[in-house]
Parts: sequence; C-alpha cells; structure tokens
Amino acid sequence: MIRLEAIYVLMGLLTGGIAMVNARDDSNPRRWRNTLFWGVYALLFFTGSYLSDLTNGVLVLVMVGTAATGLGQGTRETVTAADRVASALRYRNRLFVPVLVVPLATFLGSLLLKDIVIGGQPLVDPKQVTQIALGVATVLGLLTGLIMLRPPVTAPIVEARRLMDSVGWAAVLPQSLAALGAVFAAAGVGKVVSTLATTYLPLGSPLAAVAAYAIGMALFTMIMGNAFAAFPVMTAGIGLPLVVQQYGGDVVVVTAIGMLSGFCGTLMTPMAANFNIVPAALLELRDRYGVIKAQVPTALLLLAANIVLLSLFAFPR
Amino acid sequence: MLPLIGILIVIVGFALRLNALLVVTLAGLATGLASGQSLPDVIAAFGKAFVESRYIAIVWLALPVIGLAERSGLKERSREVISHIRAATAGRVLLVYLALRQATSALGLVSLGGHAQMVRPLVAPMAEGAAENTHGAVPEHTRERIKAMAAGADNVGMFFGEDVFVAIGSILLIRGFLEQNGITVEPLQLARWAIPTAIVAFVIHGARLLLLDRRIAADVSAAADERDTGART
Repeated sequence: MIRLEAIYVLMGLLTGGIAMVNARDDSNPRRWRNTLFWGVYALLFFTGSYLSDLTNGVLVLVMVGTAATGLGQGTRETVTAADRVASALRYRNRLFVPVLVVPLATFLGSLLLKDIVIGGQPLVDPKQVTQIALGVATVLGLLTGLIMLRPPVTAPIVEARRLMDSVGWAAVLPQSLAALGAVFAAAGVGKVVSTLATTYLPLGSPLAAVAAYAIGMALFTMIMGNAFAAFPVMTAGIGLPLVVQQYGGDVVVVTAIGMLSGFCGTLMTPMAANFNIVPAALLELRDRYGVIKAQVPTALLLLAANIVLLSLFAFPR
Repeated sequence: MLPLIGILIVIVGFALRLNALLVVTLAGLATGLASGQSLPDVIAAFGKAFVESRYIAIVWLALPVIGLAERSGLKERSREVISHIRAATAGRVLLVYLALRQATSALGLVSLGGHAQMVRPLVAPMAEGAAENTHGAVPEHTRERIKAMAAGADNVGMFFGEDVFVAIGSILLIRGFLEQNGITVEPLQLARWAIPTAIVAFVIHGARLLLLDRRIAADVSAAADERDTGART
C-alpha cells in the first residue's frame, strides 16, 4: 500500500537536493544558512516519523533560528531571457503539457486510485488519496517535461531551488501555523475566546445574534487561521444556543452560512499562510501582505452579504 | 486569560512585520508554557504537530516541473498566447479563471487549481500579458496588484465553490459537529445553502476584477503623465 510516507521520501529528495544546490552556489553570500535550513527540513521528511517528538521539536527550532537570522538567494541566472524567448518560440503550446499534467493527473488520481485493490489491499491509503495523487502527478509531470524538453539532468532541481529560495522560509510557515493551532487547541484558547464573546457582546435580538455569530466566525478564523478550528467553538458558543435555540433559527442555514462567514476571515489573515502569505512569496510580491490587501474588500462585502442572507433565510415565517 | 498571550504575540509580531516563522514559534512556546506545560513538553508538542502537518507541504513537489517549464519559456509563451486574444484584458482573464475555479470546485475538482500549479506559471503571466497588450508598459505597483488579484481569484473561487460540493471537508465537519449535538442533517441540505453565498461571492469578486481594468488604465495614464511632466521640466 502506498502511504504518505512514500511521498515524504520524494519531499525529502526535493528539499535535500535544494540544500545541495545551495551548498554549491557561491553567488549566495548566505549559502550555508540556506543549506542548513533545507537540509534540516529534508531530515524531517526522511526521519520525522521515526525520531522522538522532542528531537523533531528541536530540529524545527533549528530551522526557525536559521530563518530568523536571514536566508539568502543565489544571483546566478540559469538561462538568459533571450534563451527563454527562443525556447518559447520553439516549443510553443507544447510547453503547457507538462504543467497541465500535474492538476489533471491529480484529479484523475484522486478519483481512480481509491478504487484500485491489489491482493485484497488498497493500492493507496484511502484517507490520503488526494495528497498521494498530487505526489504521483508531480512525478508524471516531471517525466513528461524531461522527455519533451530534454534539459540537462540537474535542471529540475536547480530550477526548483530557484523557485523555492524565492519563497524562502514562508514555505514552512503553513506547517508552523498548523502546529500553533494544535497548541492553541490544547491550551483551550477557543473556550476563552468563546466565553469572552458571549459575556461581552450585545446579543439581545435575532439580528444581533446572527451578526455576532457571523462576525465571530470571521474574527476567530482570523486568529486561528482556519475556519475549521473556529466553527465548533463559535457554533457551540453562539450559533446553537442563541441563534438556533433561543431565536429559532434554521440549523442548516445557520451552520452552512456560518462556515462560509469563517471563510471570509480566511481571506483576511496572515495566519492562513498557505492561501495568503505563500502565494505572495511565490508570485514574488514586494508586499508580503499584498494578497490579503487585495482580498479584504471582497471579504468584508461578502461577510455583510452573509449576515443579510442569514437574517433573511434562517428565520422562516 | 493566560493562554491568550499567544494571540497577542502573533498580532504584535505580524503588525511589526517581524519574521513570521519566529513569531509563530514563540507564540506557540509561550502559549504552551502559559498553560502550565514544561519547556521540553511544549517543544515536543510543537515538533509532533509540525511533523504531522507535513502533508501540507506536498504541493511544493510541483516546483521541479514548473521550474523546468519556466526555464523553457512557459511565461513568455503564456503571454504570447494571450496577446492573440483581442478581447483579453487582465480583469477578464482573471474573471474567466474565477468562474472556472469556482465551477470546478463546486463539482469537487478542487485539485485542478492552486497557487503553485496554476497561478504562478499560467494565470498571473496571462493576466500581466493581457494588461501589457491593452496598455503597453505597466508600472511595477500595478503589476503587483494584478498578481495579488490573481492569487485572490484562486482563493475566492475555491473557498466559495467547494462548499457547494457535498463531500468536501467543511460540509462533513458541520455534519459531524451537529451529530455530536444530537442533530442529524443531510450533506445535500448544507450544500444547497452554500449556493446563495457562492453566487454573491462571484458577483462581488467578479465586479472587482472588472474594475481592476479601469484601475490599470488609470495607473498607466498617471505614470505617463508623470513621465511627461518629468520630461518637460
């Protein structure tokens, strides 16, 4: 059975390769810091499941310490702009093929892989089909690219290094935030926030309760970076007892639109790093919060719309 | 109240634009310590959760393919393709992507998009290329704006499309939570009530994408005026 561990080996090879390319690049004044950062990350992918939690924690702290002192970026160009234009003219639309293989194969894989059974065993772990499909799809995409474009053997890892170093430590931020979410949950942060909300918010009418629930979902999602973490807390604190039980709101409408109000919060917070901070780094924006700023007007208007939808549809007359 | 120290650290840290990785780690350690755990226990808990969340990073496996295609001129080709479509403007390109992303997510095809796989190699270069086609050279801050709106189109499309699909995580979470509280609901009922918000999200963000074209035009003419006055003095 293929488990996520197999995909983690691929991730280890990728990050380990990035560490090695960094070690050999003297155009980067901080190359050893980059090497250490990606090298330790590779170690966590290879051996993270076998080391003790404390050792893993210390390794994470080493990565954080290295990142905090500042990572660098190599300045040597792999190919010139003129080369790229010439190559674009040569390959034309075929260039899209290896790139589009990745999402298409991920999609097909996540549909088909879960039904394949060999010798009574499922081929892939049913709980992790999408992630495994993505991992397999990237390998297929890479093979397609290697066959079509015939680059030097080292090109994929050298180019991956170029992109990954432009993202830098932000690549690891989503995982750290997930870890922070786990710590918050264990420390009971949610209950404290929910108690504060119900104690201090004016909830004397259905509209006020609906608004407090929707805005609370958005705000708490901004704190936790994840609407899934906010939903049980806010719904147990305000949604069910007040909106549904006290004012007779329809439970389906309330919870469905409540969750979507949380998503409005996701658009506005750096805590949702993989949606907001990572793309800013990936697109090489100068403003790390550029994506969030572009989304705030949509998020606020949509939150207001959700409150209107809730008060219209949650209370049948 | 003490566990809230982590939230305070995060807000102050992000506001001061300190290294976010450091801020998040310190917030985690402080919250753990405030809730009465020993330092080694907190570090172990943080390490455990970090390692268990490695699946989030799998999307980076796309980088070798994307990098290889970029080296061979993918971005240049994306712009070239767009330049042959006369009606293409940055806003309209992104509007089409928003519609596709939302529609495919609503059918459960969430994995057909994404920032690493689609936005960086294809969507953002196409939007930039369309803007250059319509307006000529585009100032740097406008270029940033276009890229940020491209990332936003992916997020809005996915978030407010996927809940229309019944088998998505958030629908299952709502259902599971309600079940624990003794209320049984069908996923289809929940998904149906995601439709009004999905429509409103498309209207709001779509309108903002079309307004983006006006803003680009204004930015470009402002930049041109600046150059003219600069040349005259």
